[in-house]
Amino acid sequence: MAKLKGWRELPIGGLIVDAGNAMEYKTGSWRVMRPVYTREKCIDCMLCWLICPDMSIIQKDGKMIGINYDYCKGCGLCAKICPKNAIEMKPETEFQE
Amino acid sequence: MPLNLVNFAKVHKEDLLTSGHRLCPGCAAPMIAKLALFVAENLGYDVVVANATGCLEVSTTIFPFTAWKVPWIHNAFENVAATISGVETAYRVLRRKGRIKPDKEIKFIAFAGDGGTYDIGLQSLSGAVERGHDFLYILYDNEGYMNTGNQRSGSTPPGSYTTTAPVGKKIPGKLQLKKNIVEIMAGHENIYAATAAIGEFMDYMNKVEKALKFKGPSFIAVLSPCIRFWRIPDDSALDITKLAVETKYWPLYEVDRGVYRITKKPRQFKPIKEFIEAQGRFRTLLKHPMASEIIDELQEYVDRRWERLLILEEATKDKPITK
Amino acid sequence: MQVKQKKMAITGSEAAAHAMRQIEPDVVAAYPITPQSPIVETFAKFVADGLVDTEMIPVESEHSAMSAVVGAAAAGARAMTATSANGLALMHEIVYIAASLRLPIVMPIVNRALSAPINIHCDHSDTMAERDSGWIQLFAENAQEVYDLILIAARLSEHDDVRLPVMVNQDGFIISHGVEVVEILDDEIAKKFVGEHKAMYPLLDVENPVTYGPLDLYDYYFEHKRQQIEAMKHVRKVFDEIVKEYEEISGRRYDVVEPYRLDDAECVMVALGSSNGTIKYVVDKMREEGHKVGLLKVTMFRPFPKDKFQTLLNGRKAVVVLDRSASFGAEAPLYSEIKSALYEVAVRPLMGSYVYGLGGRDLTPEMIRKAFEDALTGDLIADEERYLGLRE
Repeated sequence: MAKLKGWRELPIGGLIVDAGNAMEYKTGSWRVMRPVYTREKCIDCMLCWLICPDMSIIQKDGKMIGINYDYCKGCGLCAKICPKNAIEMKPETEFQE
Repeated sequence: MPLNLVNFAKVHKEDLLTSGHRLCPGCAAPMIAKLALFVAENLGYDVVVANATGCLEVSTTIFPFTAWKVPWIHNAFENVAATISGVETAYRVLRRKGRIKPDKEIKFIAFAGDGGTYDIGLQSLSGAVERGHDFLYILYDNEGYMNTGNQRSGSTPPGSYTTTAPVGKKIPGKLQLKKNIVEIMAGHENIYAATAAIGEFMDYMNKVEKALKFKGPSFIAVLSPCIRFWRIPDDSALDITKLAVETKYWPLYEVDRGVYRITKKPRQFKPIKEFIEAQGRFRTLLKHPMASEIIDELQEYVDRRWERLLILEEATKDKPITK
Repeated sequence: MQVKQKKMAITGSEAAAHAMRQIEPDVVAAYPITPQSPIVETFAKFVADGLVDTEMIPVESEHSAMSAVVGAAAAGARAMTATSANGLALMHEIVYIAASLRLPIVMPIVNRALSAPINIHCDHSDTMAERDSGWIQLFAENAQEVYDLILIAARLSEHDDVRLPVMVNQDGFIISHGVEVVEILDDEIAKKFVGEHKAMYPLLDVENPVTYGPLDLYDYYFEHKRQQIEAMKHVRKVFDEIVKEYEEISGRRYDVVEPYRLDDAECVMVALGSSNGTIKYVVDKMREEGHKVGLLKVTMFRPFPKDKFQTLLNGRKAVVVLDRSASFGAEAPLYSEIKSALYEVAVRPLMGSYVYGLGGRDLTPEMIRKAFEDALTGDLIADEERYLGLRE
């Protein structure tokens, strides 16, 4: 993890001025189940993108690209909501080296 | 203009609530915040957020990280409405005095859990609504003090297992009914108040839009399952709230300055028992000798409450209390 | 610079309201409590008459008053509130937050006793409970000082090297409701002195979103507190610069303490607030009788000007400290801090602690004289807390 800063280096008042820097914290390591995405079945309905609590569905210009495994926590909501079963939850262990 | 998902996906610029927050997998709170920000973005508004102490606040801003890309303030537990009153007033004054440019309209959203709303935050919320500040208060209701480990709140339903009102051999958990927060807020008369459920997200987003456009205080109570303490599977937040709507546990309706409108009338209702049996937090209750009595009482209650809503809808149609 | 001011016969509350009018806060969120109410009432009339452009938020409690002020100040507006006693106690939680978020808020406090039993009259228990909060605490001796110190506070709190909230204390009823002659600066000059509000990291700057009030775990909280400690260390230097400027426009010079006939004084009394006026009267009388007595009035209580006490009280025969509040189970606050400051001075004076005036009990010249006489005769016991005006 990042080196801890001394009191002289921090902005005053406990402020965090670097908006959105939570992205430096990769929550993907939390995963127990991994969503596996099949492009061929997808109809780009955007529902999974809408509800993913971790903003880990990647889309561009209304077209699904895939899943951001750096942050995906494997909750399975995307697989649940997909009307075309284009996402399947598999144990994360299948993907470990 | 209801949000068209695919069109919005094309124009959506950047996530204003980012990944990297530490809420539990499958938690409804980030979905609730995210969707509200989507609606605001779609309407072209800038947003300033105030957040009461609780799961959402704590897990999105663990120093030195913040998952928010909008201006955001956490003050204390019980005062998010008072805090946002100050921010909103400052905005109006500075705009009037010319110290802020009037080109982009800023909307003020307060997020709070049931702890910071039903109980300790009620005074502050009531005061802010009475004063008529122009803000949207979104309550993510997970029916307990979940951030600190499942203590009971004024929002906890009877029979649910909480650490401070546990279902034991003698006492079957919390005996009091859940406070009807939307009725309390509707009593302020000048308000747009509504219930919503994350499982019915289009209805929720429509209400957020209506609330943001509403001139004055607005309040949306969103049923927000806690995966951990409702003891439900990670991927079930949406389904369990849909079930809550279908069992009349959480009817979806709005009160616009006294006019009641039910926004979802399920064709088929399901018995409350189904909702209860689907959650681990009621497991201990189901084993208790008083279980069927409590469940029957709850069924009666939700039935009567639904009937009452139908009557109110009929009686208040086109008859707002305030303009 | 030419001094332009106008004499008015007004109460301490009205003086505070005039200072607020000239500071022209953008937002004032206040809740009524005796004896603070006249400040807000007078100010509200100024607003209603269009004499000042402020938005008032009629909050439903003092806790919400401070919360709304924190919100407004974080948003980038100049925000103020005022309170007393239990109102201050109710906003205690947020008082700490305001200082920790480094918000430049100025709050007139009209000192009143804390309940129970409920008492609406003057003592310092309310503000003493906030001495660890991180706020700068100033005490006024009279209505003129209330007016001047509030204007000075506005500059002090907003200074880049400080960015801390300030409490300006005035004794309830004694100063707040007593009519005195107060010199009010010409509006233009006062406004120029206070200057434009400088917001730091405003929430309303949506192009540069900031996060206020995150969660600190044990890896960062200590460092954040150390920053607050550091900010307090800058206050004295900034205060000295500001009061010099203020003297030029008003003819009145302020310092963190005010020595009164101290030079050759053998016995010195130390006190906060309006009692200093009465003490000055007694000092004069006793000096006429040939007694070498003097007064060291304390204007700035936080940050505590330890060095001043060390310099000015070293070598005295006796020092008696008057406290208008008690600390149950320990020595009275001002006494304890002064005694501690003198720990290492070359020649430590005899010291005596006198608690007086709780719940508005009057402090008479006779009581002050008694304390001085104890000092002059050396009849002081450092570990014994004595009471002036208490019925045994």
